[in-house]
Amino acid sequence: MKTPKANRKPLTLQTVLKQLLCIFLSLIVLAPMYLVIVNSFKTKNESARMNLSLPKQWLFENYATVFKEAKLLSGFMNSMIYALVATTVGVLLCSMAAYVLSRKRTKLNNFIYYFFICGLFFPVNYVTLVRVFQWMNLTNTRLGIVLVFTSGMIPFCVFTIYSFVETIPKELDEAAVIDGARPAGLFFRVVLPLLKPTVMTCFILQFMGVWNDFLTPLYLSSKTKLHPMTMSVYQFFGRESSYWNLVFADIVLTIIPVLVVYAIGQRYIIGGVTAGAVKG
Amino acid sequence: MNKKKVYPQWFLLLPLLLYIVFFLFPSLLGVFYSFTDWGRNTPKNGLHFVGLQNYVEIFTSNKNYASGILNTLKFTVVSNIVKIIPALFLAIILYEGLKGMGAYRTIFYMPSIIPFVIIGILFTSVLNYKNGMLNTVLQAVGLGALKQKWLSDLNVVWKSIYMVDAWRGLGYVMTIFMTGLSTIDKTYYEAAKVDGANFWQRLWNVTLPMMRGAIMINLVFGITYGLKVFDIVYVLTNGGPGHATEVMTTYSFQLYGAGQYGMATAFNSILLLITAVIGIVIVRVMSRKGEM
Repeated sequence: MKTPKANRKPLTLQTVLKQLLCIFLSLIVLAPMYLVIVNSFKTKNESARMNLSLPKQWLFENYATVFKEAKLLSGFMNSMIYALVATTVGVLLCSMAAYVLSRKRTKLNNFIYYFFICGLFFPVNYVTLVRVFQWMNLTNTRLGIVLVFTSGMIPFCVFTIYSFVETIPKELDEAAVIDGARPAGLFFRVVLPLLKPTVMTCFILQFMGVWNDFLTPLYLSSKTKLHPMTMSVYQFFGRESSYWNLVFADIVLTIIPVLVVYAIGQRYIIGGVTAGAVKG
Repeated sequence: MNKKKVYPQWFLLLPLLLYIVFFLFPSLLGVFYSFTDWGRNTPKNGLHFVGLQNYVEIFTSNKNYASGILNTLKFTVVSNIVKIIPALFLAIILYEGLKGMGAYRTIFYMPSIIPFVIIGILFTSVLNYKNGMLNTVLQAVGLGALKQKWLSDLNVVWKSIYMVDAWRGLGYVMTIFMTGLSTIDKTYYEAAKVDGANFWQRLWNVTLPMMRGAIMINLVFGITYGLKVFDIVYVLTNGGPGHATEVMTTYSFQLYGAGQYGMATAFNSILLLITAVIGIVIVRVMSRKGEM
């Protein structure tokens, strides 16, 4: 390691400045999270001061209280159903669609592809969606909400998976057909396993997307028993906004499931965010 | 190999059906309803066509609905600028191999997995005038003069929204840029260095052109997010103080709540038109470059 350079010193100063910048930014990111955690263990009055000191006395029972009061179990179950069912069905359907669209590029299929892609930009019209729900007897049903989430993820998933299908050699399909695979078998046994990286990326991003969504249940579920966690936490905040300790405990409990999914799927997200399209 | 048989067209059936019924049809239906007096109390078969009345109302009413459109556009432009430019430099700094890069990347990305609703609630506390963390910290480090009524001062409230939005989204944008950087062949930089190019010349002539894909993705996601923004504004300010931070989606939700469905769908239709125009431009550009 011999770098007899005179410009070694300013380089180090630069590195120090960069480190300081990154540490400063990390503090900005982490401070609010720390604020939530410490204050969730305080008494009502102590948490109202919203400061960063440790609780005088750790009130773990805040969590038990909020778990009951904020209807967290029902919220958790609903979020789980919405996210799990909608994402599983959505990602599977989109893989099938993206596969056919990418492999068989007829004029019609190219049109359908761009037809799907339009949805990346368009807003969902919830007002008329409420009307459509009435016509189809889906008002205040879990099925209706799941279907809306599923259709909402179609543009992104088709877009992402489509570009990945291109990287799988077509010779594989031919070989499988010669070996006697039937069309459905070819997809489910040969192609789908190879799509795993992009399918996982879509699954995790969309799972978190559904979990974090607020607008859909706001319009489409007027019944508390259909509310996902985001709605529960928002309503609890509306009712008990002076109990910052409980609100913060509620926040922690609502975030934990997303953090778990993120921790499991991190390697699929970082770098996997539409990697196909990123490479210019 | 017979493509017709090997790649079954019926694979497209269900996604198309769902997409049309629950996504596209409601949007088009909204355009239809925006020309009517549809409301909560409209009796069956009692719907009347009112022509452009809802749109005229939006642009001329003294309720300042038009400001919602301007605010949406302003948010789209500003929120993207304050995220994309810093995120680009941050990505470059980290990617050049700073110690602790992995940890920083994880930390910076973390806020973007937290639900907007929760970020809204959390920052209601952080930005609280009396006890909020931001004012307390400013006071403590001797910058008490910078203390603000973050969420109730007309001159500050938008800055607060941009700040919170950047807190959440900057790491996500940065991650996409880092993915883009990782696809650039290092030899380009070596060649540029041999030619004696400085940082800005390398940025302009190598990094930016090679990152076209990542920039495009960030713009597409950023613009569509900005135009459709709702949660963060709704929870943080609910359009206030007064109607200063009202955007199209919050107005639409309010009108829906008030039972003025025709007006609400008119708002949605304007948003649809804006996104359609921008979307078509983007798809055109990308399909020409063969990136989509």
